Amino acid sequence: MNAAGPSLSLDHVSMVFGGLKAVSDLCLDVHPGELVGLIGPNGAGKTTVFNLITGVYTPMSGTIRFGEQVINGCRPHDICGSGIARTFQNTRLFAGLTCLDNVKIAAHQRAHSTYWDGMWATPRSAADERAIDSRARALLETLSLSDVAETRAADLPYGRQRRLEIARALATDPKLLLLDEPAAGMNPQETEALMRLIEEVRLRHHLAVLLIEHDMKVVMTICQRIAVLDYGVKICEGDPDMVRRDPSTIRAYLGEDVA
Amino acid sequence: MARALKTLGILVALIAVNVLLPKLIPNSYFLRVIMLCGINVILAVSLNLVNGFTGQFSIGHAGFMAIGAYTAAVVTMKVLPGATLAMAAAGVPPIFAHGAALLVATLAGGSLAAVAGLAVGLPSLRLRGDYLAIVTLGFGEIIRVVILNVDAIGGARGLSGVPAYTNFFWVALWVVVVVGVSYNLLASTHGRAMLAIREDEIAAESLGVPTTRYKVLAFVVSAFFAGVAGALYAHYDSYLNPASFTFLRSIEIIAMIVLGGMGSVSGAIMAAVALTVLPEALRGVKEYRMVIYAMLLIVLMITRPSGIMGTRELKLPWFRKKVAA
Repeated sequence: MNAAGPSLSLDHVSMVFGGLKAVSDLCLDVHPGELVGLIGPNGAGKTTVFNLITGVYTPMSGTIRFGEQVINGCRPHDICGSGIARTFQNTRLFAGLTCLDNVKIAAHQRAHSTYWDGMWATPRSAADERAIDSRARALLETLSLSDVAETRAADLPYGRQRRLEIARALATDPKLLLLDEPAAGMNPQETEALMRLIEEVRLRHHLAVLLIEHDMKVVMTICQRIAVLDYGVKICEGDPDMVRRDPSTIRAYLGEDVA
Repeated sequence: MARALKTLGILVALIAVNVLLPKLIPNSYFLRVIMLCGINVILAVSLNLVNGFTGQFSIGHAGFMAIGAYTAAVVTMKVLPGATLAMAAAGVPPIFAHGAALLVATLAGGSLAAVAGLAVGLPSLRLRGDYLAIVTLGFGEIIRVVILNVDAIGGARGLSGVPAYTNFFWVALWVVVVVGVSYNLLASTHGRAMLAIREDEIAAESLGVPTTRYKVLAFVVSAFFAGVAGALYAHYDSYLNPASFTFLRSIEIIAMIVLGGMGSVSGAIMAAVALTVLPEALRGVKEYRMVIYAMLLIVLMITRPSGIMGTRELKLPWFRKKVAA
């Protein structure tokens, strides 16, 4: 639980699209080994927060730190290299490639061989391939996807595609994992299995996890801390019990009258 | 050790075929078609690195070919004749002297094309899809127009008197190299990174693949081999004309990889051979030649929209051994 590692910290981060304040003045910390939930109604800016952390967008103001390193403005592949991996809300698998290749691609940064090695299939390239291959297969094993290693990702059922996305994110060897609605479209059994899986990989890989999820059962069960976003503003942050009773959260989800 | 032996084996086999081929096929027209097939295979397989593997749409391949062709021709005609003569005087058999000159010229042509690839790729590979296509189209035309207006290399008259050093051995050797490099890349983490860019650029980037770097690398390597094909072509026909490197030439190469199946090396090889042989085979029907050629293309694309091979590969044991090496 007390895994050593850098913590993520967003310091007064804002992002504006045209006239829309998608994220405004957000402060959020994720400590090593912690499982934090990020919830909020549709359009609250949750995915934008992920895109800011992973470098898809550069924040208009504020700083994002991962450990000592300021990461806003870095290219996504550099941020991935510093130990932040993500999954996507609408899965973004390499649909035409096999599951094994999907995971292998994510292990790319572990390779030591150069492009030149790859062109001429040098021994160094072969050594890399062996290492990447065994690591990718081990990860597929962990996520019980070994049987579909040679199947095209597009041919997997939806629930397993989501698992493959997690396998792929883990292959980058992250210290912080961002999961964007991993349970979306899953049936209750699959969701149950997913919750166990998230806990398991978090402990095994000593990960911090930041989780966007609409399934309140998932969020309330596994998150240690929850932040609530509404119209880009953090309206509440605390443990699940506190958030569940928080009037502003209830108002954001259900409207004025209920609160 | 095994690698060295294999390389030696391939070289010996190519030399043997080079010696035997004119005896087996005495018809020089057939030989010419075989050579053009080889050159087109190099062009198609090299373009496949960019359009097929990396999923970028480049339509300026003829420009890189032209750079390679003219550079190599200038090297053998203006820079190297002294060295070639000196070698002949020293008793080196002409086949070696000419081979050495051609190798130097080919490498020079390929290298300059690669530099051009880098110069075009760096600024433009941040663009996507149609925009990149327009930039590369413009580049190809610029090259052609520049050549057209430089009198020192013949301008619109063309450049004649390029020594005919290209023989089957050199074409086949470069075919083996470009095909081998393609298959090696496919089996390596770098090839997979290229495929990842084709499949989903945002996901690739977020999983740690430096996408711009890989696009530029693919572009440079592809341009190098296009330059090599140009150099071989220049020393085969002995005559270069800017009109051989128009936009239509680029389209022809694209037709090959689309027909073969974008991303499939074996598909590109098959389609390059088919699209070289077909117009020749149709010479019998005279004026209907290009009509039938075009109709065959349409029918093929309707019946097999993803090309002959799709993105799959023909997996011969020989290739598998190469990959394992």
